[in-house]
Amino acid sequence: MTHEMIMSGFGGQGIMLMGQLMTYAGMIEEKNVSWIPSYGPEMRGGTAYCSVIVSDEPIGAPMVSEPNIVVAMNLPSLHKFEPVIHPGGALIINSSLIDQEAKRTDIKIFKIPANDIADELGNAKVTNMVVLGAIVAATSCIELESVLKAFTKMFAKKPALLEINEKALRRGAEYIQKNC
Amino acid sequence: MAEKVLMKGNEAIGEAAIVAGCRHYFGYPITPQTELTEYMSRRMPKVDGVFLQAESEVAAINMVYGAAGAGARVMTSSSSPGISLKQEGISYIAGAELPCVIVNMMRGGPGLGSIQPAQGDYFQATKGGGHGDYHNIVLAPNSVQELVDITVLSFDLADQYRNPVMILGDGALGQMMEPAEFHSSNTGLVKKPWAAAGMRGRGKPNIINSLYLQPEALEQHNIHLQRKYALIKENEIRYEEIKTEDAELVLVAYGITSRIARSAMERARAEGMKVGMFRPISLWPFPEQQLAKSAENASALLTLELSAGQMIEDVRLSVGNIKPVHFYGRTGGMMPSPQEIYQEIVNIMNGKGGK
Amino acid sequence: MTEKLFARPKSLTDVSTHYCPGCHHGIIHRLIAEVIDELDVQDKTIGVAPVGCSVLCYDYFNFDMIEAAHGRAPATATGVKRVHPDAVVFSYQGDGDLAAIGTAEIVHAAARGEKITTVFVNNAIYGMTGGQMAPTTLVNQVTTTSPYGRNPNFTGMPIKMSEMLATLDGAKYIARVAVNNPVNMIKAKKAIKQAFEIQLNGLGFALVEVLSICPTNWGMSPLEAVEWMEKNMVPYYPLGVFKVPEEVAK
Ligand SMILES: Cc1ncc(C[n+]2csc(CCOP(=O)(O)OP(=O)(O)O)c2C)c(N)n1
Ligand code: SF4
Repeated sequence: MTHEMIMSGFGGQGIMLMGQLMTYAGMIEEKNVSWIPSYGPEMRGGTAYCSVIVSDEPIGAPMVSEPNIVVAMNLPSLHKFEPVIHPGGALIINSSLIDQEAKRTDIKIFKIPANDIADELGNAKVTNMVVLGAIVAATSCIELESVLKAFTKMFAKKPALLEINEKALRRGAEYIQKNC
Repeated sequence: MAEKVLMKGNEAIGEAAIVAGCRHYFGYPITPQTELTEYMSRRMPKVDGVFLQAESEVAAINMVYGAAGAGARVMTSSSSPGISLKQEGISYIAGAELPCVIVNMMRGGPGLGSIQPAQGDYFQATKGGGHGDYHNIVLAPNSVQELVDITVLSFDLADQYRNPVMILGDGALGQMMEPAEFHSSNTGLVKKPWAAAGMRGRGKPNIINSLYLQPEALEQHNIHLQRKYALIKENEIRYEEIKTEDAELVLVAYGITSRIARSAMERARAEGMKVGMFRPISLWPFPEQQLAKSAENASALLTLELSAGQMIEDVRLSVGNIKPVHFYGRTGGMMPSPQEIYQEIVNIMNGKGGK
Repeated sequence: MTEKLFARPKSLTDVSTHYCPGCHHGIIHRLIAEVIDELDVQDKTIGVAPVGCSVLCYDYFNFDMIEAAHGRAPATATGVKRVHPDAVVFSYQGDGDLAAIGTAEIVHAAARGEKITTVFVNNAIYGMTGGQMAPTTLVNQVTTTSPYGRNPNFTGMPIKMSEMLATLDGAKYIARVAVNNPVNMIKAKKAIKQAFEIQLNGLGFALVEVLSICPTNWGMSPLEAVEWMEKNMVPYYPLGVFKVPEEVAK
């Protein structure tokens, strides 16, 4: 099984971290994993994205060109990546910031008001974790518990962050389970 | 430290250098390798090492010349435009036979070019780069784990042959994250009785030098260098073959391009096409005979590069004129998708030829 | 006056710049363009762009431009000036470009009394590559390559380029200015104008150092950055004219 993902949004939305946590979680599950960001002058303010691959097979190209999972955190991301999703793949839309509908009918579409959920939790910074929970629930590409383990490892020096991030992650997953 | 860690390629090189016993790093920021310079600025003070941001790449490589001449395991890193500036120093280092590791995370050129991944410095790296008859050992990893292993190996080879070793990566390898494990150097730190470390009772001064005013002496020095290069050619060829046994078409690619080529190859195999891949890991010495042998039963080769065609010259020299060597490349920081390469494969397999 | 301040100078193109919000590069471009307009030399001006955040300034200035290699702008400008002695030639350079990799070029252009003008933007950091230490980074300042703060034991003290260059005979006009408030902006523009007049009168090398901010890599809001600059940079890098020919001083 190979999951090829693109996570995309504004610089500053925590896209890169979201991808890294997914990659780390895959590594914990002893899968083959890779993460590669877009980099360049677009970094400040513009659209930023990363490619993540979690696979049982050895990984060839780390740059994903035909994703089966796309996360669009803002409108330009939706426009850029909806057309390239592999038929049967999943598109996760941050409906807090995107009020347009997706056009494809040959893919599964999940909408989650990630910013609103994060605001309800009282911390706008955990929007990316809400989305990460949503990806896990929508695609079962990895276990939620692995993401938590990954978070604990990556933020070993800041254990206080775990609680709110775990909450966000679970809320994201629950939202998908209930509404989609 | 056998536990796997998830690391960016650039940072993994830095940690591997430290694991290999490198305690001196001289560099200058340039995208897309700056994370390595930054990593060293954080890490070196923690291991009682020296991190120094030079005023330029010219200065950095000459600091390396000094540190290597003084007997240290030393590294510098940069990306294409900065590597061009280092060429004078590299020539001196090769001439004086000093061990050091130079990392080039290539970006698009020529000139200021772009900061996106490219492989346009193949000629510069493998055919000399600076003035005079010399060779760097040039190694081209294609994953974060291999960046780690090759960095450690590079320090060992540099010391063993008293020769500069260049790690030829690219912007993509530097930026990507993959799991890596760290294993320490095989040889560890070696004694360097030739180094200018102060006589300290030695009796006879050590001179680090590349000047031989007598033509006879310089010719002897060159003959000695060439003998050394012949030895390196004999012993230090590295490559990987995947599914070449029955391949009708052999893809030849190194570094990040080999990763994309591999995806394309799997796709072609899934469609029943007999495609294999040969991946040179040592670019100098180039695995000439190994490639020739690997492609013995194939009817054609397809060289893939992020350049307008540089390694293809070595591929042609290896297999001779008996079979067609096709080429597909992207330049300027553009990356082909697996699908693009797959299409090239289909064209060649259908007898339509490649570009 | 108001009208003049807000109309776009002829010597600037009508495109929006890529600079971060609050960055001073844009203001400094504008002052140069206004001076070129006022001296009415747009037609014979040739600018040399550096490698740094202002690498794309060839898109913003509306006259001939050459993009140089990192640090080499004064040498490139020398070549241009020797071909067109009647042209107005200037280099625009950051502190990494001018005070690190390009130190030899700027010192020797000044020493030769090269009849060019240099606008030197000192923001105490490498902006373009994401916030590394520059030769002008202040003591204890944290950057991505001085993560524990700049330590003068290992990296020396920040270089005062203007003071250093003013010791060279070929340098005829050297001033340090800032663009942090309207009064200083007027002074800055005056200095830039004098630096170009020195060239037009064939007197020799002229340089204006402009203290600038990099809110992005300093990790501050533009307002905080201006305050930080006033509190930390100005005391170490005093504003003023370090060298001026007598005939101009009058
Ligand atoms: C030979 C070479 N080395 C390094 C670089 C990478 N580089 C681009 S801009 C820059 C520094 C820019 O800093 P500064 O001159 O202070 O200008 P700022 O971006 O702050 O305006 C560096 C090191 C390069 N382009 N060429
Ligand atoms: S990084 Fe700094 S110098 Fe560069 S445009 Fe942004 S604020 Fe200005």
